[in-house]
Amino acid sequence: MIWGVLQFPGSCDERDALHACEVVGGEARLIWHEDRDLGGVDGVVVPGGFSFGDYLRAGAIARFSPAMEAVAEHAAAGGPVLGICNGFQVLCEAGLLPGALLRNEELRFICKQADLVALPQHPAVDGPETGHIGRFSAHRPEGADGGRTLSIPLKHGEGRYYAPDDLLDALEAKGQVAYRYAEGHNVNGSVRDIAGVRSERGNVVGLMPHPEHAVDPLTGSTDGRQVFEALERYA
Amino acid sequence: MAKARVLIRPKEGILDPQGKAVERALPALGFEGIGHVRVGRMVELEAEDAERLGELCEKLLANPLIEDYEIQPL
Amino acid sequence: MSRHRELGLTDSEYELIVEKLGREPNAVELAMFSLLWSEHCAYKHSRKLLRRLPTEGPRVVMGPGENAGAVDVGSGYAVAFKVESHNHPSAVEPFQGAATGVGGILRDVFAIGARPIAVLDSLRFGELDSVRSRHLLDGAVRGIGHYGNSIGVPTVGGEVYFEEPYEHNCLVNAMCIGFAKTADMVRAAAAGVGNAVVLMGASTGRDGIGGASVLASAELGEGDDAKRPTVQIGDPFEESKVLECCLELLAKGLLVSLQDLGAAGLTSSAGEMASAGGVGIDIDVAAVPLREADMEPFEIMVSESQERMLGVVEPAKVDEVRAICDKWQTGSAQIGVVTDSGHIRILKAGQVVGDMPVEALVDGCPLYDLAPAAPAAWIYGNRATLPTDADSATTLLALLAAPSIASKKWIFQQYDALVGSRTVRRPETADAAVLQLPEAGNAIAVSIDGNGRKVACEPFNGTVEAVLECTQNLACVGAEPLGLTNCLNFGNPEKPVPAWQLDRAVSGLAAACEELGVPVVGGNVSLYNEGPDGPIYPTPVVAMVGELPDPARTAPSAFAKEGDAIGLLGPFAPTLHGAELTKQRGELEAGLPKPDVAAVAAACATVREAVRAGRVASAHDVSDGGLACALAECAIGAGIGCRADLQELRERGCTPEEALFGEGPGGFVLSGERGELEALGARVIGQVGGTTIELAAGDRSLIVGLGDATEAWRSLDARAESVAEPPADA
Repeated sequence: MIWGVLQFPGSCDERDALHACEVVGGEARLIWHEDRDLGGVDGVVVPGGFSFGDYLRAGAIARFSPAMEAVAEHAAAGGPVLGICNGFQVLCEAGLLPGALLRNEELRFICKQADLVALPQHPAVDGPETGHIGRFSAHRPEGADGGRTLSIPLKHGEGRYYAPDDLLDALEAKGQVAYRYAEGHNVNGSVRDIAGVRSERGNVVGLMPHPEHAVDPLTGSTDGRQVFEALERYA
Repeated sequence: MAKARVLIRPKEGILDPQGKAVERALPALGFEGIGHVRVGRMVELEAEDAERLGELCEKLLANPLIEDYEIQPL
Repeated sequence: MSRHRELGLTDSEYELIVEKLGREPNAVELAMFSLLWSEHCAYKHSRKLLRRLPTEGPRVVMGPGENAGAVDVGSGYAVAFKVESHNHPSAVEPFQGAATGVGGILRDVFAIGARPIAVLDSLRFGELDSVRSRHLLDGAVRGIGHYGNSIGVPTVGGEVYFEEPYEHNCLVNAMCIGFAKTADMVRAAAAGVGNAVVLMGASTGRDGIGGASVLASAELGEGDDAKRPTVQIGDPFEESKVLECCLELLAKGLLVSLQDLGAAGLTSSAGEMASAGGVGIDIDVAAVPLREADMEPFEIMVSESQERMLGVVEPAKVDEVRAICDKWQTGSAQIGVVTDSGHIRILKAGQVVGDMPVEALVDGCPLYDLAPAAPAAWIYGNRATLPTDADSATTLLALLAAPSIASKKWIFQQYDALVGSRTVRRPETADAAVLQLPEAGNAIAVSIDGNGRKVACEPFNGTVEAVLECTQNLACVGAEPLGLTNCLNFGNPEKPVPAWQLDRAVSGLAAACEELGVPVVGGNVSLYNEGPDGPIYPTPVVAMVGELPDPARTAPSAFAKEGDAIGLLGPFAPTLHGAELTKQRGELEAGLPKPDVAAVAAACATVREAVRAGRVASAHDVSDGGLACALAECAIGAGIGCRADLQELRERGCTPEEALFGEGPGGFVLSGERGELEALGARVIGQVGGTTIELAAGDRSLIVGLGDATEAWRSLDARAESVAEPPADA
């Protein structure tokens, strides 16, 4: 599988994302924000950082880049897209994912390891055994809604997920909440502890925590691999 | 050339922790009786075509999901 | 005639300038001389002392005099590093002062062609019961986080101290580590007559005009609000673009040399490039991209607008350089040319408005001898916060809760410590930060340390202790020191006591580095840190980079598991001189024992080898708060209690109190398998286990619940959070 990792002026975690894609077993290359052509990649990662300085609003300027036009087409065609942190913000601004990310409730940047619950898309159809969560260890504790707990670090100042109540109800009904912060791990005030969402079809996923920083046992946990693996089925 | 000021405010009902933090700090600084503090953004610009300002606000300057905007001609 | 005095020049300095020019200087020239001849730029009171420092060694790739120092880490790679102060700007506006301090040190590192891979910071403020100190702490931490996080360089370590002598003069020292192929590194010397001088990055405004340099050459007094308009404003987004642009230009071989713009802006960077290269430079201020329309030539030359770099480029390559700057959406302009005149000439659209010999401007500043005099007694105050008859358990909790000792989690969790995927040991998990270098097949460790209070007790010995503390921290993660950088933060050198402190401290630094065989590859001096109450504690901050072969073999600080034995290793000879306990009792006085460097070095080597061989489960050196605090920290980090008998130290002649709370170099707390610890030469003093911390020390024995100890150690969070103002939108 070939991943394309977007690079904007101000992106920070794009090389880490490249490395993570390779660790998971794919090839990966950088895609400059001005390129209108994704070069035939199978999947896209919109990485973390401070694209365009987070000026105006995080992701507000990056979403208009030529590369993002190409990403929108790729997503419409069903291709996998993973938005991490700033990437999640860009995808929301671009309308490829529902909701918006606001300033952390405590108004400070926070960097810490967090427990996330990864949620299956359609509990009735994609049960915890066969869902697009990918490979998992039999030792992992199950969440109340059939999810798996992953240990993945987060680092952001604007990570509070928001959507109006009626939209949230619709997202939950359609299985579009992809990741929730485990009890006690919601440090930014996100509504309903939502850490990440997916598109209706499931091929576009965005989350605030950083799976690319959870692929190497030397630097942390390796639970992040599952986040990348979960999207491979859409390639 | 039309000069305008755009005020961007968090939508009513959205948690505004910055506004709350400012409000909480006021009594300690000696200001009583101030409430309902909301913190937003301001953009000033000159536009050749004032007709397109609304579109600019909708598309870029504000995020309609979470913000309201007001255009003030200068 | 008094204009020069307003700019900080003495009458005799002014006369010397007139003599070197052969005439009176005009406004542009006077402004430029006043900045380059300021203490901050010329080091006129410290340069002679710094010649004592050992700067050479087989692993040194770049030494003092370049933008940053660098050491060889093998496989064709080098690690660059340097620490710099931004004290006076941070006292005036802590957010921007700290942010631009980080920005400046980042530029120093990528100016030599190394990609920044980590930042550490050393901060000192007054006590936390002062609103001002909480405000400065909050602003500085947010500023460092804002800049480092936005530009994508992890902040992986640092230190923070709270002492009354820093109330009016906080210290913000920022360190940057960079990584490069040795062959790709570049020097600052301008070369090639006829080559173009290209200014890259942000446009030039009135930021910091007369800012950093002049502020740093004067003591802070009343009315420093008036200096606020000249504060520099940092833009990390701009710097990230400039950084990528410069690294790409260097990778493509398009730059002859590169220099960053810091204090004194274009004046110092153009001057230093010319001086290093033995050439002249012509600068046309009309070609400088400006942010404000009507700037005068002298303003353009001394502006400290951030995020700007100066490059020397062969004329045929200028277009390509500009195209790459355009790609990265950062500004570029050819503003001058390298000449063989040996002069720096300032032109405005063809007309000469300033003309100075490079040597006079950059190297002509007189260097002064100090007139040191030791003080008769302890010159700093004392404030008792702990009764002398407090029992041992109460004392331990009071020490753990001391803001200088307590967990700094509230601070470092505002920093991204992960970006770059090199961080093997995150903040507060080991005694030093560890960064993997997969390209070179090994790893480096970094520690930044200082203790102003101990240096105030005895400057020579206190500084030696600081160097040993750094070495010990590196040993605990299995690293061997490669090089050292330092920031010397002192009071007014024209006064006898600070002069004595500086003189003795530099001698101590030189002696320690000489004996340990660790070269000083660069550093920084910040003087005139004095307020209405007198000078700060003399504070040499030292930072070391060490190498270790296997990043998977580093030890955490905290105990690993129940049942492990606890061992004490090293020539630890605890004393209450200068200790945190003595401070809390309000009994500080002059005097500090002389450390046995050779014996401590030997213990470091033993610990280092043991960690590399995986023979210990944890390693933590004893520092602030003494052995009791060290053991408590190991227990708290592990979430498991411990039992230990300090009889070993009693046998070395310590009182029970010295055994528990005495401080000094050469003490290592190790844990692991009992046989292994004994084979290493450690004395087994206890065992990991239970839910209490129980320490036997004669009639001062104590037992403290792990929960209580943890709560005390985590108490900084609540205190720091109570700042008067909410975090501003940044």
